[in-house]
Amino acid sequence: MDMNEIKEIFFQECEEQLAELESGLLKLNDGDRDPETVNAVFRAVHSIKGGAGAFGLDDLVSFAHVFETTLDCVRSNKLEPNQDVLKVMLKSADVLADLTNAARDGGSVDDSRSRALVKELEALANGEVPAPSATVEVPAAATAAAPAPTDESGFAPIPFSFDGFDDEEEAIEGTVYDVTFNPRPELFAKGNEATLLLRDLSRVGEMSIHCDTDALPSLDQIDPEGAYFRWKIAVKTTKGEDAIRSVFEFAEWDCDLEIKVQEAATDAAERAEELPMIPVPFDLSMLDGAGSEGDADGEEAGAAANATATTAVAAAEAVSGIAKLAGAASRGDKKDAGAAATAAAQATAAAGAAPTIRVDLDRVDRLINLVGELVINQAMLSQSVIENDANGTSSINMGLEELQQLTREIQDSVMAIRAQPVKPVFQRMSRIVREVADMTGKSIRLITEGENTEVDKTVIDKLAEPLTHMIRNAVDHGVETPEKRVAAGKNPEGTVRLTAKHRSGRILIELADDGAGINRERVKQKAIDNDLIAADANLTDEEIDNLIFLPGFSTADKISDISGRGVGMDVVKRSIQALGGRISISSRPGHGSVFTMSLPLTLAVLDGMVVTVAGQTLVVPLTAIVETLQPEASAIHSFGASHRLISIRNSFCPLVDVGRILNFRTTQANPVEGVALLVESEGGGQRALMVDAIQGQRQVVIKSLEANYTHVAGIAAATILGDGRVALILDVDAVVGASRGQSLKPEMSLAATG
Amino acid sequence: MKKKVLTVDDSRTIRNMLLVTLNNAGFETVQAEDGVEGLEVLEEANPDVIVTDINMPRLDGFGFIEGVRRNEKYRAIPILVLTTESDAEKKNRARQAGATGWIVKPFDPTKLIDAIERVTA
Repeated sequence: MDMNEIKEIFFQECEEQLAELESGLLKLNDGDRDPETVNAVFRAVHSIKGGAGAFGLDDLVSFAHVFETTLDCVRSNKLEPNQDVLKVMLKSADVLADLTNAARDGGSVDDSRSRALVKELEALANGEVPAPSATVEVPAAATAAAPAPTDESGFAPIPFSFDGFDDEEEAIEGTVYDVTFNPRPELFAKGNEATLLLRDLSRVGEMSIHCDTDALPSLDQIDPEGAYFRWKIAVKTTKGEDAIRSVFEFAEWDCDLEIKVQEAATDAAERAEELPMIPVPFDLSMLDGAGSEGDADGEEAGAAANATATTAVAAAEAVSGIAKLAGAASRGDKKDAGAAATAAAQATAAAGAAPTIRVDLDRVDRLINLVGELVINQAMLSQSVIENDANGTSSINMGLEELQQLTREIQDSVMAIRAQPVKPVFQRMSRIVREVADMTGKSIRLITEGENTEVDKTVIDKLAEPLTHMIRNAVDHGVETPEKRVAAGKNPEGTVRLTAKHRSGRILIELADDGAGINRERVKQKAIDNDLIAADANLTDEEIDNLIFLPGFSTADKISDISGRGVGMDVVKRSIQALGGRISISSRPGHGSVFTMSLPLTLAVLDGMVVTVAGQTLVVPLTAIVETLQPEASAIHSFGASHRLISIRNSFCPLVDVGRILNFRTTQANPVEGVALLVESEGGGQRALMVDAIQGQRQVVIKSLEANYTHVAGIAAATILGDGRVALILDVDAVVGASRGQSLKPEMSLAATG
Repeated sequence: MKKKVLTVDDSRTIRNMLLVTLNNAGFETVQAEDGVEGLEVLEEANPDVIVTDINMPRLDGFGFIEGVRRNEKYRAIPILVLTTESDAEKKNRARQAGATGWIVKPFDPTKLIDAIERVTA
């Protein structure tokens, strides 16, 4: 793994942390005061900051730091996370996301926006806490990390070498410091060791050590974890007092440490009289074995402690031995099992980790593709067995059936790998609501439900754009301004509700606002003005509502910055349709509108009805079919010049000849000879699609026609059947639309431009 | 014999950086994602030194250190705190909990290895 891969992981983790951050803030916004929520929010920012620091992403670090400081105030109850505070925090979360994206993709971020937020955050933090001096400190720390890179990956551990210290001895020039080091028992309790400190000290300069063992009691009074030795050390170094002090950086709290410049030789001589200074060569090699010898050798340590220390080094070892006494025995046998424990420990560590793995999407996609091929192959095999073996050897047939079942199960399982909750997309929407609400001066609450509803990743990826557009629309056009809402007797705060749920093998996404609803007068007038409908057209409310999906329709008087952008609901509709989905609207004046989208759970497979039309094999998506029926002559009624209706249970339904619409034939087929598929289209209303015959029902693997050929009007995609032939998958909505009198041609040209 | 380091950090990024840094420096590395897991794997991992984060879910670094210091076998093990908090208050709390030393994030590999060398024989 190199630095770039870790960076990739960092950005993945950032995304998760940002989602965590936002959902946490939203929870707080809803009045959640669970300290764990605040902690999780804090940790998310903290984590981003930590990682960003390691990569020298200074902008990200400094913003995260300010954010973190303010969150810390919330965490320590110095700042009440009320609505105003959370507004700033949610915006900050957005900026943090922008900064993260900029760091990854190299874009730039609106500086003024982040600067303004930094001020707001600092103001919040300063409200009750003293000025956070730390603000200045972290960018400095981040830049300090920057010079570290030593190779192209920017990441190379520098091997620690002792060579430098050998030279030191030759450079005898330097100041002599007298160091008095008097460790307390806590020093050892925290895992520090006098031996190691003295070793480090020896690296600062040439030194001589005196160990004062006067405090050592007799053996029966010894506390094995007590601290009885003091050291007086003379160090000659050019590195100054700070270098000596930094050796004791970790230990200075738990020892008495005195560092003085040795004044004069006479002083030293005087002291030598009262304290017999025994210069001891400090032999580092003794430490090399310390890992094993020192540990296991409790006995020796005890002996050394009992005897008058002959050398200071031995004494130091003894102390370290005593400190380790308690753990020594058990550690001894642990060592034996060391190798086995190593493997076991790693296995445990792995097992203890989250029960998920991260897999490259490419690999999953490849697997899905292969399984698709397997399904086709299995179907072809079944078919050829059936064709070649009219008697149907039962064992082969049974085996084939099992194979089919297994294939199906494999396919479902593989698809489940790619299934993901819609949560990330929904979370992105809350930001859009905030931004648009801000721009339009509206106050809007987004409520999301069913965030954990799962759907194939390919669908999720394509869902974001139409959903974004619809959310913008709902906030910009749907919900009224607070003044208007108050005037209408509504809560000044508007509500937009985004719901996801599974329904009969599809995912249903609903977007409801409590705004003014569709202004049907205006919509109709606009449609007439734009020549979309005849001036005297008599339309039902539902039909008027659905006019907004027509190409080139926009009710906004001024094209606004927000939902204008030159695209209308027709584009939304088309992208939903491209996903094999349907969209519809229902609206109640004064109470708001509901957009309902129904989407397949995956774009890879489809349950279809295989039918014959004019000698061609077509697949009709099963989800579109309400029922199939054999028309009787008495049920068929002519209507106008070429239209026909079929009466089903006392209601009439237009009859659509698929062969005619797709130009498979020039004359109308006789309905009585064919089969009618009753379908429901997203515009509401049912149509009966006439086909010649039904071959059967099967799951087909969708192969994109656009990717392999080109878009064909009325056709959604293609598939390969068991006999190896290509069959086209019917685009039911397009065919129904065409039957309404809009021919397929303009649809095709629009599709080409869209 | 290679020295073994137990790292405890909830950030995947930092875990990976620690892993790369420590492996490159010739250490054996066992990793845990939070204090609870750290205590769980402690016996099995049998580390020579521990490097831990402070801010973690479930059990933070302070709690983890206290847990290790209560363990008869490992109470004398060197523990380094890896944290972005460089202020005295946090250091103080870590010390009170029983930390041996600390490394200020963003850590650079040299500092990390150097600190580990300092507290291990």
